[in-house]
Amino acid sequence: MSEAGVIHDIGYQRYTGPRLGRASVFTAMYVHGLRAAFGFGRSAKSKIFPWMVAGIALLIAVINAALKSRGITLFNYFQFVDTLAWLVIFFVAIVAPELVSRDMRSGVLPLYFSRPLRAADYVGAKVAALVTAVFLLLGAPQLIMFLGAAFTTKTGMRGVWDEFLRLLPGWGYSLLWAFLFASLSLLIASLTGKRAFAAGGIVAAFLMTAPVVGVLNVLPSETAHHLSGLASPMSLVNGIQIWLRDGVDLGLDVGRFGPIYGIEWVCLVAACLLLLLARYRKVASL
Amino acid sequence: MRLVPTLSGVTIIATQALTKTYGGGVTALSDLTVDVDAGVIGLVGANGAGKSTFIKIMLGLIAPSSGGVRVFDLDPVAETDKVRARVGYMPENDCLPPDVSAAEFVTHMGRLSGLPKTAARERASEALRHVGLYEERYRQIGGYSTGMKQRVKLAQALVHDPDLLLLDEPTNGLDPAGRDAMLNLVQRIGNEFGISVVVCSHLLGEVERICDSLIAIEGGHLLRADRISAMTAASDVLVVEVSEGQDELAAALSEKNLRVSKDGRLLLVPLDSETAYDQILQAVADLDLPLHRLDQRRHRVAELFTTKKETADV
Repeated sequence: MSEAGVIHDIGYQRYTGPRLGRASVFTAMYVHGLRAAFGFGRSAKSKIFPWMVAGIALLIAVINAALKSRGITLFNYFQFVDTLAWLVIFFVAIVAPELVSRDMRSGVLPLYFSRPLRAADYVGAKVAALVTAVFLLLGAPQLIMFLGAAFTTKTGMRGVWDEFLRLLPGWGYSLLWAFLFASLSLLIASLTGKRAFAAGGIVAAFLMTAPVVGVLNVLPSETAHHLSGLASPMSLVNGIQIWLRDGVDLGLDVGRFGPIYGIEWVCLVAACLLLLLARYRKVASL
Repeated sequence: MRLVPTLSGVTIIATQALTKTYGGGVTALSDLTVDVDAGVIGLVGANGAGKSTFIKIMLGLIAPSSGGVRVFDLDPVAETDKVRARVGYMPENDCLPPDVSAAEFVTHMGRLSGLPKTAARERASEALRHVGLYEERYRQIGGYSTGMKQRVKLAQALVHDPDLLLLDEPTNGLDPAGRDAMLNLVQRIGNEFGISVVVCSHLLGEVERICDSLIAIEGGHLLRADRISAMTAASDVLVVEVSEGQDELAAALSEKNLRVSKDGRLLLVPLDSETAYDQILQAVADLDLPLHRLDQRRHRVAELFTTKKETADV
């Protein structure tokens, strides 16, 4: 026991423990971003929107699973994602500025980049965080749908396995959405420090391009109809589904141009990531 | 009193003809060659003199156009991570997110410096305690005063226990009391924590008080770099003030081989020998002049720079 009246000033202690490398710095940044996406570590106010969206997605999944147990199929895994597309847009429009515009606004980037973190690490961690967040938003409800179907299947383990084989492409489809929407919205958000502008810009990028698809569809050219989906990110992802699932009806006819949709997806994601990297290379050297 | 022995005499920063030219032909640093010993170092110069560029080069944020720099004998461009692990940086501008608590923010910065999770949390509260933030650290930074924000900025630079702190205008925006507190804190970090500190400032007066050595740059050129003691040691002067007869006294002192200079109504006599006091008193008594003042004055560092600059301009 310490004697009363003695003031213990332990003074400054040097740190002698381990110093971790860039990999763990990247992980710290990624986890921080993923937590921020759902409002953890921040004010209660910032939890409202992400969890409202997540709540809606989960609710739809639960209803879907409940109906399925009574033999009514509301959505399959793909239709579920297509239905939630608008919610995903609003989700990334709120979360992407949260991840990057906020850092720009508060001027915290010079602090980040005076540490072992590099521009590529920063961009990589933020993209990975948002991709994960969007995938969780879509993939977790899909898992609930799967569980609902698996527990009510009438064909035993075989039915569970068949259902699982249907879930996997559904998850893949969610990843297609997640990558495209995350990279595109982060690129837009990285251009401004004002969150409201960034959110508006993201919604605009997804909304304003939709009428272009409509215009192309009324042109008197068959090819224009087939390629019209390329004009908007949403119809682009739809087009890939139509291509890969062999002409499922989503109100879009891609004709023989399916692979073009796939190529554009790859190019668009790659272009967004490269532009993001270029942007932060510049910021990091300031 | 020094709890931790400082590494005086150890060169921590060495530059060799360091030059940085930005695109567009703006020269921020030109042919800067300087060796910096451990301790508290003042880096002074007007706005735009190249202080921030120097700091960014030391952090490996930008590469020099020519010449070289070594920090702890490491090359900031090639061995960026090793340098950054040992250097803490406090920028001049606002750099704090408003909607997180100081504890959380500094912990996050600690993790980004490579500290494991638990260590980051411990060191964050340590660092915040050392800069004088206690219970307030759980409040959101947005509600802090300017002084508290400056302390958080300092704490995040300290969190990974660097060997060198680069502080860019740490007293920016602070009131006089806040300035004093910040400068005392910086001095304590240099003397008690055993961490070398480079303090950037455009106010010479405030850094000369706390620094062991000074680097003055102007327009990207090195004006002077030396230890404060070396700058002030040989410059003690006696100030003589008489209400009349300055000229006669000056003439009389010159006859006694004293180098007299006039500064308005004052006569300045270098304190070279033990007898200077007596000689001056004798001269005053001989001339029967009313003596107002005879005392010793240390040159302020600022005067050294102004004379230096004038000769340079001529």
